[in-house]
Amino acid sequence: MNLKPETFQRIDEVITHYPVKRSATLPLLHLVQEDAGYISEEAILWIAQKLELQPINVLEVVTFYPMFRRAPIGRRHIKVCRTLSCALMGGYKTCETFQEEFKTTLGGISPDGEVTVDFVECLASCGTAPVVLIDETLHEKVDESKARELSAQIRAEASARK
Amino acid sequence: MPAPVQTRVIFKHIDEPGYTNDIECYLRHGGYEVLKKSVARPPAELIDEVKKSGLRGRGGAGFPCGVKWGLVDRKSGKPIYLIVNADESEPGTFKDRYIIHQDPHQLIEGTIISCFANNVKQAYIYIRGEMPEGARILEKAIAEARAKNFVGQNILGTGYSCEIYVHRGAGAYICGEETGLIESLEGKRANPRIKPPYFPAVLGLYQCPTIVNNVETLCHVKHIVDIGGEAFAKTGTPNNTGTRIFCVSGHVQRPGYYEFPAGTITMGQLLNEVCGGPLPGRKFKAVIPGGSSAKVLRFGERYKGKRKVGADMVDYDWGVEDVPMDFDSLAMIGSMGGSGGVIVMDDSVNMVEALANINAFYSHESCGQCTPCREGSLWMKKITTRMVHGEARPQDGALLKGVADQIPGRTICAFGEACSWPTQSFYLKFKDEFDAYSEAKKTLPADRLTLV
Repeated sequence: MNLKPETFQRIDEVITHYPVKRSATLPLLHLVQEDAGYISEEAILWIAQKLELQPINVLEVVTFYPMFRRAPIGRRHIKVCRTLSCALMGGYKTCETFQEEFKTTLGGISPDGEVTVDFVECLASCGTAPVVLIDETLHEKVDESKARELSAQIRAEASARK
Repeated sequence: MPAPVQTRVIFKHIDEPGYTNDIECYLRHGGYEVLKKSVARPPAELIDEVKKSGLRGRGGAGFPCGVKWGLVDRKSGKPIYLIVNADESEPGTFKDRYIIHQDPHQLIEGTIISCFANNVKQAYIYIRGEMPEGARILEKAIAEARAKNFVGQNILGTGYSCEIYVHRGAGAYICGEETGLIESLEGKRANPRIKPPYFPAVLGLYQCPTIVNNVETLCHVKHIVDIGGEAFAKTGTPNNTGTRIFCVSGHVQRPGYYEFPAGTITMGQLLNEVCGGPLPGRKFKAVIPGGSSAKVLRFGERYKGKRKVGADMVDYDWGVEDVPMDFDSLAMIGSMGGSGGVIVMDDSVNMVEALANINAFYSHESCGQCTPCREGSLWMKKITTRMVHGEARPQDGALLKGVADQIPGRTICAFGEACSWPTQSFYLKFKDEFDAYSEAKKTLPADRLTLV
């Protein structure tokens, strides 16, 4: 398994948090996904071996939890809340705007490889709807114009990197 | 009658200028003083304070916390675990997020006091996967508390040791259900367990006695132990003690979180005075009072019956605005206080479309182990989505009800109820709108808000 040395260190540390190794399945999946971008076949076999489980025990967890993915996504992950409170304040428009800005469809990778836009269920910030989680940062009251601002910012950061 | 003033106990420091989430700030505000006093008292005395307080769980079910602790099997010889349920995921609820982000030490102090009271040596905070920042803040806060000897080995020289670890979920709503949460913490799919006969208090995490409490509930424990159970019970009303945090979202002028003594504020006061009323030019149409699975209330309907006030039975005749926002009153009128998430819809909303949004949520989140829930939630979603985006028929409302009525009581966990109550109540309260939707749809403005 090709991961950063720091990830291996964190994996070994987190396993000690539990009296039963299997409990570390979710933490290990998070750590591997943060490092490698998605959960590959190899990762499932590796985690199973590391935790002394059958590969199916890991696979069934990967397919159950919405946050784990089996394929790469864009460099940035834009998660727009779809649930009622956000929808009541225009969440669908927000999501459409992001897709339009990056010329992409739900769940796909934008042509520039920069983003994946997804609809997710309630992000628990209903009082500041509509909300959007970009990578690990929550953005509040993201109406159409704020969605365009955030998109411009992402593009600016992308070109600064090049 | 004017609305009562907010009494901020749990949210005392939320949004306070200059208040930060590090331990130095918490200590400056008297932090961990209650823990210091607690560890000098017999644990049974602390449990007794919580029992006397009448504290009801703030996660949604409203189960008395002291009773939950009283059920714990203390004779098995197995370790007792405590899990902080920070999987806040009932749509409309967003109180725990602010505690975690802005005042994490309040939660940690409440957790360690609860652990000490119940002789717990290992606690886990199960936080939703979608709160990565919250997880980092909690980990940092635990490390700070460990460095000051409030967490870890030999806490404050008492010989008592307790560790707390943060465990992240991965986007599944069902992990808020306590036995689903336990399965998830064991590294499995979050399929809730069959109960009775065994509850987590007897066979929970790793088949050991386990206490699962909501974030807000554990914060209340700190204040109960501080002022005493009897003093705590003086706030609020009998059987609805302490303060209650309401999370208001949707179509009001000032959505947000508001903390009041339980049972002292009515729906009308909360929405009209505290939240500033409907948006300009709009009227309130419906409100879901306790998270999206709570049964919807329609403005204009009346609730009549008899209720107990002190020792007497008195008649009540309430409109939606008159209903006191406590567990018992909301249950009496056929809904629930749940998690305190109040979702408001005004007259711009079509109820078929709002239900279609809710049904998409529940169908996405069903864990899939019980057929009535897995299939039923999917059918309800398919029917309402077809009504909105495809062909709608006059008999669809009755069909929806037919599906919804076959789910509750036939599933392992309460998700069966949670996913059918919206459909049942929307159809019951807005039957006219469902039956007429196929016709009304033709004249609805094309540029209206998309809800599904």
